[in-house]
Amino acid sequence: MKVAYWPGCVSRGFTPELHGSMAKVAPLLDIELIELDRAACCGAGVIAEHNQELADTLNARTFALAQRTDGELMMNICSTCQGAQSECQERLDANSEYREHVNGNLTDEGLRYERGLTNKNFLWLLVENIGLDALKAKVKRPLTDLRVGPFYGCYIIRPAERLGVDEEHPRDRYLHQVIDAIGGTVIDYAGVYKCCGFPIITMNKEASLKQAGRHLGDAIDAEADCLVVPCPLCHLNLDLQQPAAAKVAGRELGMPVLHLPQLVGLALGLSPKELGMNKHIIKPTKVIDWSASVVAAAPA
Amino acid sequence: MAEYTLRIRRYDPQSGGAPRWDTHTVDLSPVQSVLDAILKIKDDADGSIGIRCSCQQAICGSCGVRMNGKPGLACNTHLREAAARGHGTGWNPPEEGQDSPVITVEPMGNMPVIRDLIVDMDAVHWKKIQRVTPWLINKQPVPEREYIVPHENMVDVTQPMACIQCGACVSDCLSMEVDPEFVGPAALAKAYRFVGDPRDAQHRERLNDLAADRHGLYDCTHCFSCIDACPKGVAPMSQIMRLRRIAGSDFDIKDRNNGYNHEHAFVKNIRKNGILHEPDLLADSYGGKFNPAAGKELVSGLPTALKGLARGKMTPRTALGHPHKAPAEVKKLFDAIDEKPKRYELNLYVSGYEDEPEASASEAAASTSKSEEQS
Repeated sequence: MKVAYWPGCVSRGFTPELHGSMAKVAPLLDIELIELDRAACCGAGVIAEHNQELADTLNARTFALAQRTDGELMMNICSTCQGAQSECQERLDANSEYREHVNGNLTDEGLRYERGLTNKNFLWLLVENIGLDALKAKVKRPLTDLRVGPFYGCYIIRPAERLGVDEEHPRDRYLHQVIDAIGGTVIDYAGVYKCCGFPIITMNKEASLKQAGRHLGDAIDAEADCLVVPCPLCHLNLDLQQPAAAKVAGRELGMPVLHLPQLVGLALGLSPKELGMNKHIIKPTKVIDWSASVVAAAPA
Repeated sequence: MAEYTLRIRRYDPQSGGAPRWDTHTVDLSPVQSVLDAILKIKDDADGSIGIRCSCQQAICGSCGVRMNGKPGLACNTHLREAAARGHGTGWNPPEEGQDSPVITVEPMGNMPVIRDLIVDMDAVHWKKIQRVTPWLINKQPVPEREYIVPHENMVDVTQPMACIQCGACVSDCLSMEVDPEFVGPAALAKAYRFVGDPRDAQHRERLNDLAADRHGLYDCTHCFSCIDACPKGVAPMSQIMRLRRIAGSDFDIKDRNNGYNHEHAFVKNIRKNGILHEPDLLADSYGGKFNPAAGKELVSGLPTALKGLARGKMTPRTALGHPHKAPAEVKKLFDAIDEKPKRYELNLYVSGYEDEPEASASEAAASTSKSEEQS
């Protein structure tokens, strides 16, 4: 399937391995990515906090660029983008006068957002459009015995109503389902639905790192081998900041954190290096005891 | 009628004993409330279970508890709804082999337990509410007749006014979990109730007060937990965002947590680069590269930065240069919108939804209706 692809900022900044691994995984899942390389940052809630019209205009512009492609829908790889964009889209879709006003800002560029775009995080697309059975059928290297803790991040599950989390679409179970489908073992631990703390890293560093440190520690106590995240901002606090979080938490951590496309890529037969795992602060290949897993067959 | 198993957390801190779980089974209609079930258990089996309740009509705010991990009022949560929830945020099918759906009932979080399901609201929730001067400070002179308030303003503040002080948002606040001093969602929503009220004389003072508190305006992580927790649709986090917008954009209030700097640095960064250039954001959030505070923070963050460089997350070129440039059209949008004399906003609480959004965040969620038969 063809999708208008919004990679977000952080996957082209401090987590380049996310952008890279998505590019490697997409063809294996028959996803054709049409990258929206002229679109701007979603605002991550911060621009909306500054000026709502500005945030809504930037995202309406991104949606309009997506609608100009021949993609079936728009796909993102960042929970924060999903949450911030869904919030803007809710306003744009709910009120035609407001939508017209925002579209007015885009006329110079000849762009226009038409109500009703579908914008899905890779996780949602994987489960709802590709399907778990189809994913299973593509697995070359089941992640047998790999104990994976899901870490959803806030923006992709709350508020449940805006994000379409309900009984028919249990989007707050999708990471669980994907881990299971590719042969891993789901580890439930206290942090599954908690906040990584990243949004306040420059405002209250201690509280921010305490959150990251606590969830990582809980995952270790639950004997997870690694965590998986659909959000690069969570990855920043859980991986890049992990040594600092360990200091605040007052305990040793050393928990590898995988981006969702990396975890899926492993199961589809790609090597940790191809998936950019050497770019992590906590290198998965050094920490995980691959010998107990079929992943052991992969070159480091 | 249907059978439900309630697992109730029992704890008496004065006893010196550890908490325990008691299990009771009730036979009630799926649309009776969790409180009905608890009161029935108290009547029939164990009168010693501690729960606070009064009106049983979702207005007194007394019976806040956690049901299968999610906070809410026991009196307006149907048994079938509570049973369908998994631990965490959403929906979970009943596990195989379960005789009857299990509802785990616990006291609310972030507040000390007095006994069983009763928490100390005074120690946390009410203390924080008192913190934000929760009354109207009239503009002087007081008019001889009533104040005339624009309809939109009044509808806007009825959202925080809908709060019944149940503490569900406090219970689920993820910032408060690590920073108990955080003023928190209920109190900040209460603060907006007055900052958003044109009759109040002290908007600036109220915001200054919260900005001067290290645990005030900028401790919220945008986790949305309070929005989902609130049984009355107050959306405390949305009120916090309004407070920040008014403090940062209308009053230019600098706070002690770099919240103002971060917000302005972020906007400047995207205007220039189109997408985020993280190294600049970090320095600018602390007041710019040459600010002594930034120097200190950058030095303390140096080990992290060096590790990132060593791992190839960034290169000296990407850290120091600016590989992305914002298209001219994006810059124009920033300038045109940011320079408007008045901010243009849509408040969905006031405007409502024109009609049901189709295919918005979730094409699928909107196109299917929830099953009515899920007991």
